[in-house]
Amino acid sequence: MDVSNDSNGLDNSAFENGGLNDAEAEFESDEEELTSDKALQVLESAWLNEKFAPELLPHQQLLVECMVQQIKHMEENVQRLTKGDIRINIHTMEICRIRFIISSYLRKRLDKIEEFAVHLLKEDARRSPDEKYMTTAEAQFARDYLTNIEKLFETVALQHMPQRCANFDLDAISMEPNLKKHVFARANKDIPTILISGVHEMEVSFAKGSQHIIQYSAIAHLVKDGSVQLI
Amino acid sequence: MFCRDAVKLVAELNQTEDIKPFNEAVFRQVLEEVQSLFEENSKDVNTITEDNTAPKNTLLVRHYAMNRNKRCLLTYLFHRMRRLRQARWELGSIIPPEISKNLIKPEAQWFHNYNKSLATYMRTIGEDGLNILNDIQPPKSLYIEVRCIQDYGRLEFDGQSVMLKKNTYHLLPRSECESLIRQGYLEHVSS
Repeated sequence: MDVSNDSNGLDNSAFENGGLNDAEAEFESDEEELTSDKALQVLESAWLNEKFAPELLPHQQLLVECMVQQIKHMEENVQRLTKGDIRINIHTMEICRIRFIISSYLRKRLDKIEEFAVHLLKEDARRSPDEKYMTTAEAQFARDYLTNIEKLFETVALQHMPQRCANFDLDAISMEPNLKKHVFARANKDIPTILISGVHEMEVSFAKGSQHIIQYSAIAHLVKDGSVQLI
Repeated sequence: MFCRDAVKLVAELNQTEDIKPFNEAVFRQVLEEVQSLFEENSKDVNTITEDNTAPKNTLLVRHYAMNRNKRCLLTYLFHRMRRLRQARWELGSIIPPEISKNLIKPEAQWFHNYNKSLATYMRTIGEDGLNILNDIQPPKSLYIEVRCIQDYGRLEFDGQSVMLKKNTYHLLPRSECESLIRQGYLEHVSS
């Protein structure tokens, strides 16, 4: 049985009064109104962008919190259904899917955070609290990660070396994302001018719905403001 | 020749993807080489005079050798650490004995700390936290057919329990057996 197509439709009818409201209210300040369907779409596009972008994108903490809460409500709703109800399977499946997307999204972020920890912490230190790319918890994780590495290096190697060469600079393991990587992208709206820097400077335009292969750095700002979707 | 041992360590990393026993003997030799290079340099540094600048070159060569040694040592540690981290993501918070016996104490300590900070992070997601190391594969169906390839014992879930014995087949909820598959107790049988 393939439930993937009808699950979304059922979602709304069964869970309309499922208590999504608090999560939504939290969101209203940011965007007009976010239905559970729309939230899932935003999450999916955030997930794909994060997956294909070479750098860490600004976090989506509110969205993630909202979706985690929604999963919880859905789980509670499923538990209220009587055993043998066909909706149980369909909804449980849908819960699994959403949970996969959230987990995969956050995993990808942690991957990047570990890889670029030094670089990201430096960048975020310059940003104002509202514009930081990492959440507080992610930043803490990055700092812990680096402290642990330093500790390992210190105990095993550095303390056994003569003092003059026992210093270790974390910048030595600092890596920066390769922004010149090429990515696949689809335009969500008409974009008249995109500047591709390089030896020959070039200007291109995207028509709405068109798909392109392009250097990430040229469209990085468009990915962040949502006019372009990485695919 | 300088740095021969240090290169040995790095070459060892290239040989396999696994975490091999920590090569303490070679590691210590490299540390000793660093020490002796340093001592020789400190001795010779005073012999440089305005007329006799020859030791300068010797110093320089030793200095580079020292740095290279240091770099190789840290590379060795760093890559072992990354592998251990990979094992944490794939196998869970308890390291299987075939890996843990190859670790030295500070590495085990690192693993412990990493576990802790990962758990701290996961607790902050949502209200009750979310284990993001589950759900590695996109879900296709709620139940999957698995074959038991190693005795595991009784598995309990949702008020039910099932005995996992070698060479038995089961139809289990995917979420329950995902970690068991990664740990090598079960095998996913695709129909």
